[in-house]
Amino acid sequence: MPYRHVVGPHAYVFADLRELMAKATPIRSGDMLAGIAAASAEENVAARMCLAEVPLTAFLSEALVPYEDDEVTRLIIDTHDQVAFRPISHMTVGDFRDFLLSGVATSEVLSAIAPGVTPEMAAAVSKLMRNQDLIAVARKCRVVTKFRNTIGLPGTMAVRLQPNHPTDDPAGVTASILDGLLYGCGDAVIGINPASDSVPVLSELLKLIDGIIQRFDIPTQACVLTHVTTSTEVINRGVPVDLVFQSIAGTQAANASFGISLATLKEGREAALSLKRGTLGDNVMYFETGQGSALSANAHHGVDQQTLEARAYAVARPFSPLLVNTVVGFIGPEYLFDGKQIIRAGLEDHFCGKLMGVPLGCDVCYTNHAEADQDDMDTLMTLLGAAGVTYIMGIPGSDDVMLNYQSTSFHDQLYLREVLGLKRAPEFEAWLQRMGITGPDGRLKAHRGNHPLLAAAPELAA
Amino acid sequence: MSNRVNEEALPADYVIEDAWHKLAGTTPARIALGRAGAGLPTREVLRFALAHAQARDAVHTPFDSARMAGEIATLGFETVEIASAAPARDAYLRRPDLGRRLSEESRAMLRDRAGDPVDVAIVVADGLSSTAIHAQAVPFLTEFKARLAEGGWSVGPVAIASQARVALGDEAGELMKASAVVVLIGERPGLSSPDSLGLYLTFAPKAGRTDAERNCISNVRSEGLSHAHAAFKLAWLLREALARRLTGVALKDESDLLLVNGQPPAPRIA
Repeated sequence: MPYRHVVGPHAYVFADLRELMAKATPIRSGDMLAGIAAASAEENVAARMCLAEVPLTAFLSEALVPYEDDEVTRLIIDTHDQVAFRPISHMTVGDFRDFLLSGVATSEVLSAIAPGVTPEMAAAVSKLMRNQDLIAVARKCRVVTKFRNTIGLPGTMAVRLQPNHPTDDPAGVTASILDGLLYGCGDAVIGINPASDSVPVLSELLKLIDGIIQRFDIPTQACVLTHVTTSTEVINRGVPVDLVFQSIAGTQAANASFGISLATLKEGREAALSLKRGTLGDNVMYFETGQGSALSANAHHGVDQQTLEARAYAVARPFSPLLVNTVVGFIGPEYLFDGKQIIRAGLEDHFCGKLMGVPLGCDVCYTNHAEADQDDMDTLMTLLGAAGVTYIMGIPGSDDVMLNYQSTSFHDQLYLREVLGLKRAPEFEAWLQRMGITGPDGRLKAHRGNHPLLAAAPELAA
Repeated sequence: MSNRVNEEALPADYVIEDAWHKLAGTTPARIALGRAGAGLPTREVLRFALAHAQARDAVHTPFDSARMAGEIATLGFETVEIASAAPARDAYLRRPDLGRRLSEESRAMLRDRAGDPVDVAIVVADGLSSTAIHAQAVPFLTEFKARLAEGGWSVGPVAIASQARVALGDEAGELMKASAVVVLIGERPGLSSPDSLGLYLTFAPKAGRTDAERNCISNVRSEGLSHAHAAFKLAWLLREALARRLTGVALKDESDLLLVNGQPPAPRIA
């Protein structure tokens, strides 16, 4: 069905909801690369004005990616919670924005409607929102998950300790883990991107991290970020696996390019659940996403990259993940050109995920061929901290020496805790104090040079 | 009462050092940096800024293709300068598709000068790091030339390609009537590796080949894989590719089996 909007002498016509959504998206290089972005600044705003008048119910009757061709669309439509949707079912997209900003949309109300919000609705309303709106509404959303600690409580922010090493060297990985723990990081997960995909190497890394967690009784979880089918194989060999990881995207074809389907994810989750390793909860999945992945796989169906990203959260949602993060600036400038586009995308992704009830964190990051630098990352992490981001990455000195990109550091999370008063997951916070790493105020103690963690370093890596 | 802190000078050192420096020897990761409050010490902020500046310069330093052509000609190769369809660096970064296609002029030129079929065509492409090509192309080709002689392979002119991505070699190699194409390309610079060279080998090059149909050797630089070792690996893959008539996921690099004490054997010149 075509959509129309008149601005002065210009009558803008959008062939369908898919085109309207693409043209209403704040401008970014990936949509330009796909040839679906608005042709002018005025057309962009005309599309937003038109989108504001579209009823939310339109997204239930007009699929952006065909139902027949795509299992993600079928998942979204077939499992839509109509009871949760009922309170907002009469609204237009514009009404929805006003409602979300209003005092009526409390944390409790937002939690209640979350299962009724489809990714297309979340993406649509985000396109009408300024950055401050994305922050203000996300901040009200509550998504709490548990494995060996409690992640997502108000006033907290967790950190994934990311101890990557170019050759998976056990001593080098251990060194980065200890550095991170002594900086108070690791409550989201101690999660490594392995350089290798060999099962013996992955198994050794899992045993290494699990050994550190067990030895010091750390209330956190381990993860080796490898393909879900590889994790399943590792589990079948009796190796300790806490969280099962997978990169996911918003269309069936993009997921196929990752070598997965919804059925594959289900198998991985069941394998992890069978180990019953969580002490506080059974959120056993860890997903990563990022705008542009579907276009990169030539699997975007002419849909804008931000809407497809929100659909990735719909893929994540039924698997009750402990953690989901958008790797926002990793993909490169052909999708998000500069600091401004990366910052906007990070805030959109976080908002859409939280509105849908998904525990969204963000890998606040960039590559060296993007027009971005540390100042842009400072801006985005500060905004996300204000928005109540579930977790960020912690990488030694911001420099990932395996993946060759820059993310947030052990120091950065200290900065956010100082300026925004953010606490860690409570169980992990208590552990840090017990270990003498932090004081009662949560700040690092000055002298940690003879800490028992350091004394154990040689044997941990052995 | 005054708000002044003190009449006396404050101490000059506010950095809290991390007492686990010795762990830093086990990893190139930036650990045990110390801190000033919650922030990085000044020395670390500046060290990071320098590394980022070098990586940025590697992406944006203009590719000196004339100089490269001159230097490569002195090795005894015929050379030809070509360009992708990306008119400038900004377009190159935004439009990867343009960097994979030849410009009209370059396409016409390669078509006009095509001679007899050759075993291998070589493309030297700036990619995302002109710094890498400026530093690594000549020393690598010096080593690889000896391997080409050892293999007795015929070689077309070395094409020096500006604003180019890997897949540009597909169209260029096809026009040069090559059985296989080797693309030397500047890799996306990391903070600690702004000058890393990548090598891509594609059998039966033609427009539309996918990355799954190539073999890649990465991290060729002084702190990574040596030029001599990379040349040996590439020659091994080239020999296998020409014999088995394929490259890509079906061709696994087993050249390590021929190493002696971790080093490649010297080329045997007929």
